Amino acid sequence: MKAFTYQRAATPAEAAAAAARVQGARFIAGGTNLLDLMKLEIETPPLLVDVNGLGLDKIEPTPDGGLRLGALVRNSDLASDARVRRDYAVLSRALLAGASAQLRNKATTAGNLLQRTRCPYFYDTYQPCNKRVPGSGCSAIGGYTRGHAIVGQSEACIATHPSDMAVAMQLLDAGVETVRPDGLKRTIPIADFYRLPGNTPHIENNLAPGELITAVILPKPLGGKHYYHKVRDRASYAFALISVAAVVQPDGSGRVALGGVAHKPWRMPAAEQQMKNGAKAVTDQLLGGARTTEENAFKVPLVQRTLAAIMAQSKAAATQA
Amino acid sequence: MDDSIDINPTRRGLLIGGALSATAAAIPSVAMAQTPGATSGGAATTPAPVQNKVALRVNGQRYEMDVDTRTSLLDLLREHLHLTGTKKGCDQGQCGACTVIVDGRRINSCLSLAVMHEGAEVTTIEGLGTPQKMHPMQAAFVKHDGYQCGYCTPGQICSAVAVLDEIGRGTPSHVTADLNVKPLLSVDEIRERMSGNICRCGAYSNIIDAITEVAGGKVLGGKA
Repeated sequence: MKAFTYQRAATPAEAAAAAARVQGARFIAGGTNLLDLMKLEIETPPLLVDVNGLGLDKIEPTPDGGLRLGALVRNSDLASDARVRRDYAVLSRALLAGASAQLRNKATTAGNLLQRTRCPYFYDTYQPCNKRVPGSGCSAIGGYTRGHAIVGQSEACIATHPSDMAVAMQLLDAGVETVRPDGLKRTIPIADFYRLPGNTPHIENNLAPGELITAVILPKPLGGKHYYHKVRDRASYAFALISVAAVVQPDGSGRVALGGVAHKPWRMPAAEQQMKNGAKAVTDQLLGGARTTEENAFKVPLVQRTLAAIMAQSKAAATQA
Repeated sequence: MDDSIDINPTRRGLLIGGALSATAAAIPSVAMAQTPGATSGGAATTPAPVQNKVALRVNGQRYEMDVDTRTSLLDLLREHLHLTGTKKGCDQGQCGACTVIVDGRRINSCLSLAVMHEGAEVTTIEGLGTPQKMHPMQAAFVKHDGYQCGYCTPGQICSAVAVLDEIGRGTPSHVTADLNVKPLLSVDEIRERMSGNICRCGAYSNIIDAITEVAGGKVLGGKA
């Protein structure tokens, strides 16, 4: 690991200003992804600004009936919060499907959103990777692609976003509240937060340099039945091959977002118009432009079948009720 | 048996000696390099190590020291405090051998910087019990043979103690059927919650038996 200076900030604005002053500086919260990458010298920040003492660890109701989730709320606390369990079950389920209990005890709301979009070649420093060294090439293309993106990918990068939580946040239309180094605050709709790889796969979101996430805002609850189905190679503690987050209303309408298929959580309003027409109609819309390899073509039918299972469950639940 | 008791401290001494010389070899760059952040960048530049103060409590005892900012909590425990019960397995947060309890929560000490634990209360395997006075979970692991090589055991035990606490507090898990009621104390729940601790010898079923016994035999689907 490269040496770095370590600094604790007293306020969010001070943290943002401190990070903006040093090129390549990083905020550190849980550190569960950043430190991993620093050990491999994929990340080499000269300065770490520790944001753990900023008091951003509360979950509070918003005036319009939603919840304001502090950036520093630990994933385990967010998943366990009684309001989240009751009104945003898809978020609890997504969080609990991710990582291990030890990691969830450290990882934070903002840190989870900001974990790197990555693939095994990104971690292999002996091979070219446009995300690690822009312009060096993509080793995954033509390589082993079983876990890689099938939609939204580019000639420069085919990595997938590994977060489960972010898929639920996308489904719930969360807003990402930030403060910039000049003290200005804004809320970025999650739909505008992540970027597709294009020619700049090393830039994964639309935050400005030094911009600090202070909270994530959940709009008022959607009601309906909440589902997060994650399909993976082992029963626990593995990344998704694909995941399907869904909220289904009693009349069969609803929302769907996918994980494990793209550089960012994948959701389309046009696909949700097809909810009443069944899983195939929705999947055709969501993954219509899919570009698959022999190794990852299974993801398309797997999404459809997983969504069909969710729809069947919600129908059964509606019949019982 | 006496021989092995003699040999162990020697081996430990050699390892510590080796680690110290490695540190000493790295020191000249401290004096020569500029401070990080002030360096001009470029692959050839090696930023100088930076020291920071940290004060924390480990197993009830207070420690205050200067450490390189890069020091993980795991390395602080093992290399600085010589609490070698906590093990370094993968050093990437994947195996759980380094699990310790910090302010009442289990974490991977390898993926945490020591300097970030100012004022923290850390409990390691040494703080749970001693060979003369074992924690009930330690005793149960011995009784049920919850290990083979033993390398993952300190992490498994710290994790297991936390699992029973988490279930007791009503923390849900991936396998909890109803998020709005208290999770059941079941084998499925324990298995899911222990998934962050890998045992390459495959002692899992005995580990479940040990945890089940400590849980008081009320575990659904368990043997006890």
